[in-house]
Amino acid sequence: MTTVYRRVLSWLDERFGAGSIEEFLRHKTVPVHRHTVWYYFGGMTLFLFIIQVLTGILLLLYYRPTPNDAFESVQYVMTQVRFGWLIRSVHSWSANLMIFTAFVHMFSVYFLKAYRKPRELTWITGMLLLFLVMGFGFSGYLLPWNTLAFFATKVGTEMAGSIPVVGKWLLIYLRGGEEVTGATLTRFFGFHVAVLPGLATLLLAMHLLLVQRLGMSVPPGVEKAIGEGRQPARSMPFFPNFLLRDIMGWYAALGVLGALAAIFPWELGTKADPFAPAPAGIHPEWYFLFMFQTLRYIPAKVIFLEGEFAGLLAFGAAAAVWVAVPFIDYKAGFGRVTRFFTGLGVFALGYMAVMSALALR
Amino acid sequence: METSDRSPREGPQPTRRLINLMLGSGILASIVAFIYPAIRYIIPPLVSESTSRSVVAAKVGELKNNTGEIFKFGSKPALLVRLTDGTYRAFSAVCTHLQCTVQYREDIHEIWCACHNGIYDLEGRNVSGPPPRPLEVFEVHVQGEDVVVSRKA
Amino acid sequence: MKKILVALLMLVWALIPAAARGDTDSCITCHSALEGKLAEPAKVFDQDIHHQSGLTCADCHGGDLHDDSLNAMSPAKGFRGAPKKTQVPEFCARCHSNVTFMHNFNPKARADQYSQYLTSVHGKRLKQGDTKVAACVDCHGVHNMLPASDTRSPTNVANVATTCAHCHANAVYMKGYGIPTDQFARYQKSVHAETLAQGDTSAPTCTTCHGNHGATPPGVSSVPNVCGTCHVFFAQLFEKSPHRAAFAKLNLPGCVQCHSNHEIVKPVDDWVGVGPKSVCANCHTSGEKGYTEAEGMAQDLAKLREGIERADTTLDTAERSGMEVSSARLELASANEDLVKARVNVHTFNEAEVRKLTDQGAGISTKTHEAGLAALHERDVRRKGLGVALITIVITIGGLYLKIRQMESPPRS
Repeated sequence: MTTVYRRVLSWLDERFGAGSIEEFLRHKTVPVHRHTVWYYFGGMTLFLFIIQVLTGILLLLYYRPTPNDAFESVQYVMTQVRFGWLIRSVHSWSANLMIFTAFVHMFSVYFLKAYRKPRELTWITGMLLLFLVMGFGFSGYLLPWNTLAFFATKVGTEMAGSIPVVGKWLLIYLRGGEEVTGATLTRFFGFHVAVLPGLATLLLAMHLLLVQRLGMSVPPGVEKAIGEGRQPARSMPFFPNFLLRDIMGWYAALGVLGALAAIFPWELGTKADPFAPAPAGIHPEWYFLFMFQTLRYIPAKVIFLEGEFAGLLAFGAAAAVWVAVPFIDYKAGFGRVTRFFTGLGVFALGYMAVMSALALR
Repeated sequence: METSDRSPREGPQPTRRLINLMLGSGILASIVAFIYPAIRYIIPPLVSESTSRSVVAAKVGELKNNTGEIFKFGSKPALLVRLTDGTYRAFSAVCTHLQCTVQYREDIHEIWCACHNGIYDLEGRNVSGPPPRPLEVFEVHVQGEDVVVSRKA
Repeated sequence: MKKILVALLMLVWALIPAAARGDTDSCITCHSALEGKLAEPAKVFDQDIHHQSGLTCADCHGGDLHDDSLNAMSPAKGFRGAPKKTQVPEFCARCHSNVTFMHNFNPKARADQYSQYLTSVHGKRLKQGDTKVAACVDCHGVHNMLPASDTRSPTNVANVATTCAHCHANAVYMKGYGIPTDQFARYQKSVHAETLAQGDTSAPTCTTCHGNHGATPPGVSSVPNVCGTCHVFFAQLFEKSPHRAAFAKLNLPGCVQCHSNHEIVKPVDDWVGVGPKSVCANCHTSGEKGYTEAEGMAQDLAKLREGIERADTTLDTAERSGMEVSSARLELASANEDLVKARVNVHTFNEAEVRKLTDQGAGISTKTHEAGLAALHERDVRRKGLGVALITIVITIGGLYLKIRQMESPPRS
């Protein structure tokens, strides 16, 4: 067994230096301390992303992105195709779990100050990936062409229209016309299966490469404790110790996904009718709820701005600050923890939680 | 391993062999459990994909002139009528009053609901009795040997 | 003051050369310059159907429309002025009873409104000098008469009930006539008003049952005929039922005995039988044949209804679980149809006629229920498959856990 492995490795090593990869893996370690558990969420998000790619490809075999056929083809997948119900439900559930783990990953990195120098670029690519993931969610939500998704998309894209000067153009760009029609569906399909996956692959490669180059960040508190000799610097090999734990987590996630899909199949709803009045209780997917609810509370006019635009501007500014946090909180790079940024994170988390809860009420 | 912080465990440990067997069979079985649905999924199902947009309602020549026939369109009944001039018309067969199934009456050349004597003309319009709305009208095309009925776009 | 103004206006008018004035209607010209009631006809007349058909003021009121002076309104010029309330029907009938004349405007026009009006309660009372009753203009309006097809017209099918209610729902106005004034309020709650409000203009309003120009309440014996003009099956079944003779003997109106007259609401199955909401129990008491029949019909209906509900719930559950049950749904629709037909057959007042259909429907609903159960069974098979997959996952996780533990435990010495 071992000799076969050795021979294969040496064969590959002669071709493209696979030995250095093995060498790298052997030396890669993961720090062990009381916050180690948060290291698993990045890998979990990656795993769920792979599930999304695989189930997404399978769904592509039957899905047809036209307003006449979209709903029917999804219905066909759900009812006629063997295990179609499973594939589609897993795709929907996994999408939601992925967004959840991505948020957990992002906040854990934020609170543990893992964005500090030299990992600014890792943070930025990660944030961009988070936005992409939300884009995946927004575009994918429309694809089954059911009533709820149709009106949620209508409301969502209308917001873009409230931006001055470019708003109108942006709205038409997103919808592929003035209204949400078949053109929008085709467009969102294109975003969902081609544009976004392309961008995501690129950013993901950069993100992973940076993680490998820089290794895992040790939180400032732990670093300080080690520096002062209050705590030993412990670590475990990435391969196989950490990876095996990762795989354990992935298997657990698979089990959860399968159970969710079988016990709570993702509902299809009713086919969208563009001429029907909007049904009561339109709401976007849960991860957009905090924005949705905020926009509801903003008055029609804020100073001289349209209310909706003011809200979008505020969110845009907040997102920009968030992305740029490694540069604003540059002191963290010298190991100085500023209470302000931890407070800001707690506030952001609390705000999102409260607003989402209010929207669901 | 060299950096492990675990304290030595008490009692006998399962042998390496047993663990490898468990792990190996587990992985193998679970991979089968994932691959099997995927392969079954890829094989196209026998029911062709025309569940509710269009359906072959009848074969050409199956219906005599001045007769009607109920067929299944999605999960609802629909009515195919062959007029006295040999042309086809198709309607939803669900009466707009209380959802009974309507039928073609050869004697009066109209569509009739047996429940409350509702009458629709051959354009689907409610002309007599309790029906509040016309019947939904479908499109009919003759393609080769098939009379294909589809929802109006 | 007013007179001076009028005189002044006429003077100004007279000074304008006739050529400049053109061929205008002097009635309109003067009356639109007046105030209040006298100006009203001139303001609204251009919308009136009579104006649209080319008629002028003078065609009804007489006088000379080419004469600019007050002389235009002298009896010598045939001026008739405004009719008194009691004269209104004759005033309109001058043209509207003339078939030949009416055909100049509408070849399908009827000319029997006046003769019908004379048979109505309104017409009879007006003849007796009661000016509170409705004459032509009370329903049709005066100078802004619109054809009934116009949705703004008070005689449009959507507005008829409100037009009648104008007087008939006014308790003060109707005092002394000894008839109720709640017909409109009760009609508003009826299935007829609801259907009309939904835009089905063939749905009945007041005039559908009472007539329009010959408005009169239908007599006790003619009720089934009135309802039967639309509800054919029910009238036929009632006609052959034992109730017909019994009702006639007791001088009871047919349909309305159970369904009420104005507040005709959607009937529910609870009306049949002997329960607290039952209409049968109003007359039938325990021990009679009618009582047992009613009880039996209620049980038949309930049995089928429950069977359909049960099958429907099962199919819903199956559908939500992603199962395909469209064929069963299609079949269930025919069970539902049997229920609808059984409810029609209640009007035979013969339990066997109802049971014939409910038994047939119950058979179908049982079958679809079973199809739903089969689909749910299939779903459980899926869950078992998931269970197997979960076991493999758990084994793998266990293996991984043990592997890690073994790997990380210090080598035994």
